[in-house]
Amino acid sequence: MFVVIVGCGRVGSSIAKKMLAEGHDVSVLDEDPEAIAQLEKGETSTWEDLGGSFTVGTALEIDALLEAGIDRADAFVASTDGDNTNLVIAQVAQRRYGVEKVVVRVLDPARARWYEEQGLRTVCPTQIAIEMLETAVGVGV
Amino acid sequence: MYVVVVGAGKVGWNLARELIDKGNELTVIENDRARFATVEEELEHAVQYGDGSELWVLERAGIERADLVIAVTGDDEDNILICQVAREKYGVERVIARCNNPRNLQHFELLGVKPAVSATDLILRLIEHEVPRVGLLHLLDLPQERLEIIELEVRAGSPAAGKQVRDLGIPEGSLVISILRDGTGFVPLADSVVEEGDEVLLVLDTGLEEKITAVFEPGGGQSRAA
Repeated sequence: MFVVIVGCGRVGSSIAKKMLAEGHDVSVLDEDPEAIAQLEKGETSTWEDLGGSFTVGTALEIDALLEAGIDRADAFVASTDGDNTNLVIAQVAQRRYGVEKVVVRVLDPARARWYEEQGLRTVCPTQIAIEMLETAVGVGV
Repeated sequence: MYVVVVGAGKVGWNLARELIDKGNELTVIENDRARFATVEEELEHAVQYGDGSELWVLERAGIERADLVIAVTGDDEDNILICQVAREKYGVERVIARCNNPRNLQHFELLGVKPAVSATDLILRLIEHEVPRVGLLHLLDLPQERLEIIELEVRAGSPAAGKQVRDLGIPEGSLVISILRDGTGFVPLADSVVEEGDEVLLVLDTGLEEKITAVFEPGGGQSRAA
């Protein structure tokens, strides 16, 4: 599977490394050229030597997305630190490039819920944390 | 009319002021605390503090009863999202978005956010109008109606110069609607003669542009037609 991951923070880079280790083709896009360090943390070879690719560019830039390979991706992960950026590029991947599996990270539970209803696969870390904390503290028990 | 404006920067603030002056009811949303305080001194209760891309903030501003939502923040992704939820979630009939980077216009288009107004794009068009580099200028695009209005300059050596309008050989689906000459314009008849230096306005079906350029381009006519 060829996967494009936009946003190379803790989340994006972890998914990227795991998927590469599992034998998938992985392309990562981030606006910060230094973000590649996240991918090489704890590794002895460079990200590219490991077989991954890395593109520097802003998430909304079509040229950067194309360079990263959005038009031939089987899966697309939007995991920048901006909810709105993630929601826009995820829809670009889905509607314009017909990427089959699109996953979006959305921190705001309300937006995550509404876009999920509109057919986007959203993951809301905030909502997950709320539920885990509620369980931990014993709400509703 | 009830208007919700998101973003109280220079554009948002001035828009709010003008729209209130014209008798509209209006709420502006601003998420920078300091900016909010400044704007509140003048607009008072018409400005609310908060992130206008959060649904509850939009709801608190009364988006459900808004006739018009205008998103003019400095971030295109925010403007797109705000207009998309305004239309699709809250059923707002009219939205207007500011597009900061004209390269993002395609995203606005893809997600059905229109009109998207780009100052950069407008200025670029004005520059093109002053200095017609390619000799062709889009005056109006109606993608929905599949129509456009363009302006073409008749440059030296243009095959169109000296011809009557009926003999120009422009394709079916296009029409010369006006000729600008010496600072004034007129609606031509079939036997009006096009002269070098004229600016010719045409209305045409989308997609005919190349064929029409070929009619006006010096030397380009034959090679393109062939």
